Amino acid sequence: MADSTALSKDSPAQVALVGNPNIGKTTLFNLLTGLRQRVGNYPGVTVSKKVGVLPLPKGTAELIDLPGTYSLAATSLDERIVVDVLSGQVHGLPKPNLVVCMIDATNVVRNLFLASQIAELEIPMIVLLNQWDLAQKQGLQIDIDSLEQRLGVPVIPCVATKKASATAVVDAIDKTLVSPKQLKPIDWPEAVTEATCTLRADMPEGVSESLSDAEIHRLLFDANSALAERLDWDDETRRASVEKARRIVQSGGFNPMAAEPLLQYEHLNTLTESVVNRAGELPKQHSESIDRLLVHRGWGLAIFAAIMYVVFLSVYTGAGPMMDLIEWGKGSLQDWIAPMLSSTPMLQSLVVDAAIEGVGAFLVFLPQILVLFFFIALLEDTGYMARAAFLMDKMFSWCGLNGRSFVPLLSSYACAVPGIMATRTIEDPKARLATILIAPLMSCSARLPVYVLLIGAFIEPEHGPFVASLTLFAMHFLGLAVALPLVWLFNKFLLKTRPQPFVLEMPRYHVPKFTDIAWRMWESGVEFVKRAGTVIFAITIIIWALLYFPHSSAVEEVTTQQFIAVQGLTLEQIQADEDQAAALGQAIDSAYLEQSWMGRMGRTVQPIFASAGFDWRITVGVLASFPAREVIISTLGVIYSLGGEVDEESHSLQDALKGATWHEGPLIGQAVFTIPVVMGIMVFFALCSQCGATLAIIKKEAGTSWAVFSFAYMTALAWLGAVLCFQIGNLLG
Amino acid sequence: MDATLSTLPIGQAARVKAYDQCNATDQRLMVMGLIPGVEVRKIRVAPLGDPIAVEFDGRCVSLRRTEANSVRLESA
Repeated sequence: MADSTALSKDSPAQVALVGNPNIGKTTLFNLLTGLRQRVGNYPGVTVSKKVGVLPLPKGTAELIDLPGTYSLAATSLDERIVVDVLSGQVHGLPKPNLVVCMIDATNVVRNLFLASQIAELEIPMIVLLNQWDLAQKQGLQIDIDSLEQRLGVPVIPCVATKKASATAVVDAIDKTLVSPKQLKPIDWPEAVTEATCTLRADMPEGVSESLSDAEIHRLLFDANSALAERLDWDDETRRASVEKARRIVQSGGFNPMAAEPLLQYEHLNTLTESVVNRAGELPKQHSESIDRLLVHRGWGLAIFAAIMYVVFLSVYTGAGPMMDLIEWGKGSLQDWIAPMLSSTPMLQSLVVDAAIEGVGAFLVFLPQILVLFFFIALLEDTGYMARAAFLMDKMFSWCGLNGRSFVPLLSSYACAVPGIMATRTIEDPKARLATILIAPLMSCSARLPVYVLLIGAFIEPEHGPFVASLTLFAMHFLGLAVALPLVWLFNKFLLKTRPQPFVLEMPRYHVPKFTDIAWRMWESGVEFVKRAGTVIFAITIIIWALLYFPHSSAVEEVTTQQFIAVQGLTLEQIQADEDQAAALGQAIDSAYLEQSWMGRMGRTVQPIFASAGFDWRITVGVLASFPAREVIISTLGVIYSLGGEVDEESHSLQDALKGATWHEGPLIGQAVFTIPVVMGIMVFFALCSQCGATLAIIKKEAGTSWAVFSFAYMTALAWLGAVLCFQIGNLLG
Repeated sequence: MDATLSTLPIGQAARVKAYDQCNATDQRLMVMGLIPGVEVRKIRVAPLGDPIAVEFDGRCVSLRRTEANSVRLESA
C-alpha cells in the first residue's frame, strides 16, 4: 500500500487542510504546526503556500494550509490552487494522502458542499466540526456517531483555538493515515453520468487520462472554469463539447448551470436528515447587533473613517521609536565601520554610503510594515475587513473594480509592496492587474519625508500651519484622485476587464488570537527583509557607483584651490579651523557629485525638466531617487554641500533650499524654489514610479512587461503633473 | 415582473424562486446555499446605496444590486 511508504521518514505523508473562508483553518494550522511552518509560493503562480510539519505519534506529516473556498468551482487564483493541489496537478507536490475538511458546526449542510465535491477526487478525508462550542450555545444537537456513519469518515468536533482539540485532530489524522476512509460521494442521476462520459470521450488524447470525474464536472457545471486554462484543449472544440454535454444534462430534466448545487444540496439534506437538530429557535446573532452599529447607514462611514484614521496615525507615530532605533543602529554601524576602512576611501564609501546607508534607509520602513500588518490582520481576523469592503464597494464599482481592491489600496498607503502582495485575493486576473497598476499611486510613507521637507521650508512659513496640513492632506489624496479615473480608463480600453461582481460573506465577529496576528506580522516582515538584502542592495550599489565615479582626484585639487582663493586663507589655516575644514569637505563632496556620471546625466536630462522649472540639481535628485524616492533628501543634502547626514526636518537643508538660486540661464540670480516649482516637485514625487522594490514586486506578480508599463505611465504622468503645476502656477502668479 | 432580491424592502423575507441567468456569480450564490426554495431576508443597504446585505441559513452575504436583480423571489 502507498500509505505505509507515505509514513516513512524520507517522504512524509501529505495532509491538506481545506474549508470555507474565515472558518478558523489558519488558527488550527498555527496551533498544529507552531514554529515548524514556512511560507513560499506555488510554482508558477503567486499564491502563497503555507506548509508546516505536523508531529505525529510516530514520525511526522506535512500539513498544507490551502486557501479558503466554498467550492471547487475556481474563479480566483487562490481557489484554482485548491483544485490543482487536491487533484495532484501541482508540479513537485504529490496528491495529498489525506484531506482535513474543516466545516462550521453551526452550518453543517452548507459547509459539507465542498467536502462532497472533494469526495469525488477519491482522497481519504476527516471532517472537523469547528466552533463546536458555539453550536452548542446555539442549541444545535449534532449526532456525531450517526453523522460519521452516514458520511463514512471520522467526524471530530473541535474548537480551533483550544489545545485539547489539536490533540484530538492529530490523533484522528494519525489513525486515518493508517486506515484511510473516503467520504461517500453523491450518486449523480443518469443524465449527469452520461454527460460526464461524453465529455471525457470528446477530449483529445492525453487530456482525458489525467482528469478525474470531479475535474470534468468543473468543465461541465461551471460558467467559467479556471480549470480550462491548464488543459491542452483548444477553446473552440472544448466549448462545443461542453455545450453538447450540457444538452445531455438538460435532456435529463435539469438546468445544467444550476444542477450541481441543487442536486448536491438535495443529497446533503437527505444525508444529514435527523442528524442535525435544533432545540428551539435560532438565537439572535450577536454579529448582527454589532453590524447594526458599525455598518449603520448614517454613521457607518464615519466609524470607518475613524478606524482608518487610527490605523494611519499608528503607522506614522507608533512605528516612530522603532524607526529611530533602526536609524540609530545604522548610524552607529557606519561610525564604527568607517574608521576601519579609512585607508581605502572607495571601499569605505561603498560600504558606508551605499550598502549600509541604502539598505538601512529601506529597513527603516520595517516598523511601519509591521504596524500596518498588525492592523490588517486585526481587522481581517475580527471580521471588520469584509464590512469595510461592503462600505467602500460603491466607490470602486463605477471604475470597474470591487470592494476587494480596497484593502490592497489601503495597504499601499503605507507601502505599495505589501499592498501589491495583498491583491492576491482578487478573483479576476484583470481586476487584480488593474489594482496592481494603480496601487503605487497611493501616497506611501516614503513620500512623506519629501512633503515634510518642502512644506516645512516653503508652505508653512508663508501660509501657516492650516494651509500646510491641508497641503499634506491634498498630497495624500492626489494619488487616489488620479488613480480611480485612470483605472476606469485601463479597464475600459487597455485590459477590457469585465465588470467585477461583488459577493462576499460577512463572517461572524470574533476576538482574534494574538499568535495568528503575530504570524502575519512575521511573514510580511521576513518577506520585506529578504528584499532589502537582494533587490534593494543591488540597486543601491548601482546608484552609488553613478554618484561616485569617475571620482578623478583633479576635482579635489581644483575645488581646494578655489576654496583657498575665495576664503583668502592658507590650507593650514583652513585645516586648523573645524568649521572651515567641514565647509571645504562639503564643497569637495558637492564638486565630486557635479562631476559624477549621475551629475552629468542630471545636466544632460535637465532640459526635459526645464518646463517644470527644475534646475540640474533637482534633476539629479529626481534621477537618484528612481530606485527609492526617499533618497532625494540625502542627495539634496549632498548637492547643497551639507554632507549626506541630513533629514527632512534639517533646518540647514531647508535654509539651503530657500537660498538656492539659478547659476546660469535666463533666470540667473533668481530663486530656484518658487511655490510652483515646490508644488511641481511634490506632485512629481506623488505620482512618479520611484521605487525599485515596487517594480520588483510588480515584475514578480504580473510580469516584466507590466512592470515596464507601470514605470512608464507613472513617470510620464508625474512629469505631466509637475509641468502643469509649474506652468499653471506661474500663470496664476 | 417578479419581485427580485434587489427590490425586496429592508427587513423583509421571501423565498428564492429562480435565477435569471445562472452565470458565475449566480452559481456562487447557489453554492453558498441561496438555492430556489431557501428563505432569504434583506438586512441592510450600504450607506452609499449599494451593495446590499442579505441573510439566509444563518449566513450573512453582501452583493450588489445588479447581482441581486437576477435572483427572483416569491413570497415566503
